Amino acid sequence: MDAERIGFFLPEEKKEEKHAADKEKTYELIIVGGGPAGLTAAVYSARKAIDTLLLTKDIGGQILLTQEVENYMGYQYIGGKELIEKFKQHVQRFPVVMKEKTEVVRITNDEKTFTVETRDGESYHAKTVIIAAGKRPRPLNAKGEKELVGKGVTYCSVCDAPLFSGQNVAVIGGGNSGLTAVVDLIKIAKKIYLIESFPSLRADAVLVEKAERSDKVEKFLGYEVLEVLGRGRVENIKIKPKQKDETKTLPVTGVLIEIGLIPNSYLAKDLVKLNDFQEILVDCACRTSVPGVFAAGDVTTVPEKQIVVAAGEGAKAALSCYNYLLGLR
Amino acid sequence: MAVLNDEVREQAKKVFSELKNRVKLVDFTQEVECRYCRENRMLAEELASTSDKIDVETFDFVKDKDKARECRVNKIPAMLVVGEKDYGIKFYGLPAGYEFASLMEAIKIVSNGNSGLAPESKEMLKKLSHPAHIQVFVTLTCPYCPQAVRLAHKLAFESELIQADMVESSEFPHLVNKYGVFAVPKVIINESIQFEGTLPEKTFIERMLS
Repeated sequence: MDAERIGFFLPEEKKEEKHAADKEKTYELIIVGGGPAGLTAAVYSARKAIDTLLLTKDIGGQILLTQEVENYMGYQYIGGKELIEKFKQHVQRFPVVMKEKTEVVRITNDEKTFTVETRDGESYHAKTVIIAAGKRPRPLNAKGEKELVGKGVTYCSVCDAPLFSGQNVAVIGGGNSGLTAVVDLIKIAKKIYLIESFPSLRADAVLVEKAERSDKVEKFLGYEVLEVLGRGRVENIKIKPKQKDETKTLPVTGVLIEIGLIPNSYLAKDLVKLNDFQEILVDCACRTSVPGVFAAGDVTTVPEKQIVVAAGEGAKAALSCYNYLLGLR
Repeated sequence: MAVLNDEVREQAKKVFSELKNRVKLVDFTQEVECRYCRENRMLAEELASTSDKIDVETFDFVKDKDKARECRVNKIPAMLVVGEKDYGIKFYGLPAGYEFASLMEAIKIVSNGNSGLAPESKEMLKKLSHPAHIQVFVTLTCPYCPQAVRLAHKLAFESELIQADMVESSEFPHLVNKYGVFAVPKVIINESIQFEGTLPEKTFIERMLS
């Protein structure tokens, strides 16, 4: 722990909710997701006076796990948490009903309305939906991995890295997230095995240099993970070079998986068309295969998963939705 | 050097201007202060300077062992948020990073006398018949952890049977090892009930009652 580096984060400013989410009424629009796409869509829909409900697990989405943002226009540098707070305050200027800590699990339709079901078993109704549900960490799908989640296997290096003080750990993934985890762990772990299935690292040079300078870090490039082993907790990881038939077992207590993200499209998988990567297919106006259902941001086929792109797509989705609602009136 | 920068201090002043009743931050340190014992004490003192409703009282964990026992403090650095009475709201380890928000929240709850728990949750809590000690293991870089800490503290505020501790994992590696904390937030209730992640109010209470 290094409190000086971490600092002290202030609580979010709470505003009294003017209106609670109403299960009985039919909203004009339900936005699913509270990342940059969903929040921007909320601002645009509110400015068009669309009666909107926003349902989300958290406010900020992936930015919650981003320390600093250096490519959002207007800010040369801004902390992830600070940017989220600004987004949230912007939405709160408008009469959008925002329900947090609410995970949407399914969206279905009948002739006129869409029903949005949550993990808590509640249902909300609307004439249109914007899906801006973002992405979640991609699992390795290695043997033993699922059973050992929370017992040494983690997908949130930012959260859990400090728990592996003085221990041997494996970081899976040679991109920026993987190398950021490695660099953070150099200060706390005893030994770090960096495992990447490609023959080279894809992370930014500055991160790679930092990792390579430490004698705690041992790289296994071109290796795949066969199995995570352990009884009740992670004890070993079994890896294999892609080109050869030999395995290696590394003694580790932590496996930090940073191999990218997969779209949260499962909630609409029976409703709209997806591509092979499980992304929701959208046209240039954010329309999905179902009229009245729009999608924006990282959950869609739109290339380049960036905050600024997601925000722009959120705006487009809300404006497309507005035009669609005009047609219904 | 102060632990809080001017901006954070100004914001805290603004938030705490709405406090109703007096709150006391009871801090436990020791004569030869460990690094975060010192910063924990300074944090309490600096927060007290932001509002005339916040007092601070510092004890020596070793010399004032009777007080430590009375407050049920078993490790340091420790900070209790006390109002009209000791509700059992504790922070073990420096509440920096995301946990600073949990500390501010605890101060507001105790001062304003309102936990914000849903009426149904308060009703469910009445079924609790035995003492419950909730420990929430966190890291300071975990954005999901304060939700679990705040809920535990709200429960402690509402029920005399509940004690709720935030435990900063890197400060207490032996406990991390003892409880097998590999992911945060990790909640331990009375040693026997364990789960990872944040749960909704109702589900959390159901687990506690089970």
